[in-house]
Amino acid sequence: MDPRPNIINQRLKNIKTIIAVSGGKGGIGKSSIASVLALNLAKNGLKTGLLDLDFCGPSTHTILGINNLFPKEDKGIIPPEFEGLKFMSIIYYTGKKPALLRGEDISNIILELLTITQWGDLDFLVIDMPPGIGDAALDILKLVKKTKFLIVATPSKTTMETVNKNIKMLKELKAPILGIIENYQSHQFLKTKTESKISGVPILGKINFDKKFESAIGNTDKLLKTDFSRDLLKIIQKAILRHKNTA
Amino acid sequence: MHEWSLAQAVVYSAIKYQKNNKLKKITEINLKIGELQQIDRDIFKFSLKQISRLKKITAKIKIKTEKAILKCRICQHQWSFSKILKKLNKNEAEYIHFIPEIAHTYLRCPKCKSPDFKIIKGRGVWIDSIK
Ligand SMILES: Nc1ncnc2c1ncn2[C@@H]1O[C@H](COP(=O)(O)OP(=O)(O)OP(=O)(O)O)[C@@H](O)[C@H]1O
Ligand SMILES: [Mg+2]
Ligand SMILES: [Zn+2]
Repeated sequence: MDPRPNIINQRLKNIKTIIAVSGGKGGIGKSSIASVLALNLAKNGLKTGLLDLDFCGPSTHTILGINNLFPKEDKGIIPPEFEGLKFMSIIYYTGKKPALLRGEDISNIILELLTITQWGDLDFLVIDMPPGIGDAALDILKLVKKTKFLIVATPSKTTMETVNKNIKMLKELKAPILGIIENYQSHQFLKTKTESKISGVPILGKINFDKKFESAIGNTDKLLKTDFSRDLLKIIQKAILRHKNTA
Repeated sequence: MHEWSLAQAVVYSAIKYQKNNKLKKITEINLKIGELQQIDRDIFKFSLKQISRLKKITAKIKIKTEKAILKCRICQHQWSFSKILKKLNKNEAEYIHFIPEIAHTYLRCPKCKSPDFKIIKGRGVWIDSIK
């Protein structure tokens, strides 16, 4: 018997809200949204953690500009704090080197991280998910029942088709879905009409294409001043903080 | 000292097993610890004892170490972790200690250099049986 699944609820017991930032496709802004979401929550005085579960392409540390940090050990692993944010990623252990991981390895790493990471009291834990409903999403659904999914979509035909399928699958799996954020991740989308019509799943708001976003990457002060962050903050206030108060 | 968090998982599993099987008492927990995780046996044992006492578990806990065997998915070559452990630097070994799958970052098949290998056995903490 694997002992790890039996301790995970205990580990996450003092976290009020867990949000997995997910979405059917690659490169649609999941990590950007997860990072800036967590940063804004922390800057608003909320106890916040950020967990990067995209082991093949971890990028939240790059977006936030996190380096030279390493977790301490105390009855487990204590995620280091960065700008008031508790941050956990396999990047501490892999550095710049890649890791070739199959599904069972990914499941094992998720189990291990959830077993050994001591988050303590948190208002929010934001999880940056890899693209699609794959091993990571299925494991999180199975192991962390209180996770709410925040779906990122771009207003493109190909993304919407995949996102629709993902949402159907999440619903079938009885996953709680917070809603969809429409991210105008590319200037190409400036002219497209929104197509995100999915029954039963609210569209929480939209993030406009922000040509200054890329140059703010790696600098939290700059990130917080971007239009991207402002758009996201509106969504946070409307859909996430309110949600917290009613929870 | 993250051994404590793994020991806690073991004790919580035993308690759950006891509940699920409506046992009056558990008397024995048989554990396997995989070599790949390089657990500090003494710290792990000490943590198990402490947490058991706290949770009023009096079972005897037996720990066996399992050799870690890796197998290349490309050339099928098998090798044991203990043979190559000394080739890793202290940090690399420590990173694998925290998350055994990090072996995929620092190890390659000794024969064909492929990064595509499987951890066949001896990964981490495993409960063989609870009585
Ligand atoms: N609203 C936006 N305006 C401008 N650029 C954006 C916007 N959203 C995302 N980007 C850019 O798009 C790129 C991809 O974003 P990101 O890495 O967050 O996507 P992802 O969905 O996490 O990708 P992956 O699937 O690879 O994990 C980044 O370079 C980011 O700067
Ligand atoms: Mg990403
Ligand atoms: Zn080989």
